[in-house]
Amino acid sequence: MIWHNIKVGFHRLGSPPVFHRLCRVVAPWLWAGAAICAAFGLYKALYLVPPDYQQSDSFRILYVHVPAAWQAMAGYLVMSVLAVIALVWRIRTTEIMAMMGAPIGAAFTLICLATGSIWGRPMWGTWWAWDARLTSMLVLLFVYLGIMGLYAAFEDKRKGARVACILILVGLVNIPIIHFSVEWWTTLHQGSTISFFGESSMDSSMMPPLIWMVIATKLMFGAALLDRSRNELIEQDRRKGWVRQKLGASA
Amino acid sequence: MTRAMLALLRRDLRLAVRHGGESLMPLVFLFAVLILVPLGVGPGPNLLSAIAPGMVWVAALLASLLALEHLFRPDLDDGTLEQWWTGETPVGLLVMTRLFSHWLITGLPVIVFAPVAAQMLYLPDRALSTLVVSLLIGTPLLSLIGGLASALTLGTNRGSVLLSILIFPLVVPVLIFATGAVSAAADGLSARAHLGLLSALLILAVTLIPLATTAALRLNIE
Repeated sequence: MIWHNIKVGFHRLGSPPVFHRLCRVVAPWLWAGAAICAAFGLYKALYLVPPDYQQSDSFRILYVHVPAAWQAMAGYLVMSVLAVIALVWRIRTTEIMAMMGAPIGAAFTLICLATGSIWGRPMWGTWWAWDARLTSMLVLLFVYLGIMGLYAAFEDKRKGARVACILILVGLVNIPIIHFSVEWWTTLHQGSTISFFGESSMDSSMMPPLIWMVIATKLMFGAALLDRSRNELIEQDRRKGWVRQKLGASA
Repeated sequence: MTRAMLALLRRDLRLAVRHGGESLMPLVFLFAVLILVPLGVGPGPNLLSAIAPGMVWVAALLASLLALEHLFRPDLDDGTLEQWWTGETPVGLLVMTRLFSHWLITGLPVIVFAPVAAQMLYLPDRALSTLVVSLLIGTPLLSLIGGLASALTLGTNRGSVLLSILIFPLVVPVLIFATGAVSAAADGLSARAHLGLLSALLILAVTLIPLATTAALRLNIE
């Protein structure tokens, strides 16, 4: 019985008006959660955590850099799951969500590259190095841009979404490459210092703000994804009855 | 099944031969790039032999892009592509055949003329065989990746710009391992690790890319 209800609920989400209503209810809560976590995390990161013994205060950029990098990759995984669902079951709202993840993921990738570059200038003495981690992250940015460009180039949005979903799945090979790049190659970028299973080589006093920031970026991604999908849905369906009903005849 | 594939191959090659000049364009383009490089960076043998592996490979990569726009589009326009789904031959095999003929036209000439290209940029002689092997493994990969990108962009009307944006991230590993192999050989080191990884990429691509390409073609003729 419970299983049946879950199934029905899931199928109802494929209906644009239901999906629209859900996004409208859930997204503000996610935004609020993201704002609180980010405020808390940034306050801890900037005021409470002691300076690093070697890098003094400049290490604090990691509280933006690392969560953004993780979110850029996690966002891609979310898009891949949505792409599989979209290609197999052809649910329109999932197709739209898979597409709307790309600009957000691209933004996180760009934040990651920019903050890394700003940190690299004083620490490594260079803005950029062609090492495996940096290059594979740059490749991820172009995969995101390719998905956005491909989707935008189609007149028929549903067809464009499905074709771009195939590209999402092809680009998935890059994700493990990014993750393992610091182990497979000798890179200027440091290896993993944070480990969930076993001891991290980062001091434990530096961890809590990072966790808050990671939660904040996750919530932010979810909120932006729901908002963007809702907007795209309204724009695509602007001549349909349910949108006129919801937004008044003027829309 | 084999008959359909052979017929397609024969047709593609015949078309390529009859369009003689057009089919030679990738090769002409390759040499145009290779002539411009020494003029651009200066003709010093030391610098040229250091950048030779990368330059030959980048030129081969750019040359393979040239014919991609016409890989599936004429067949889409005249309706032949839809017929692929009506026959009994699996479309994946027809896609493979088409990519094979693309490789014969754009990849093979590059491999044949690789020794000449190597000489133009003073690639050390001991690296020549590795260059040829890396091209043998790597150019089919370029055809496969290019074929996928060309199938993905088939339904759009501004294919060419998009094509290069889609191809760029996918060919990065090919370029890294291929030039890594040739550079290692030029330095007198073993290139086997790089060539092994390149072969692994080829095996992965041969098994998975035709499936993705077929799916993309199918979405585009719907």
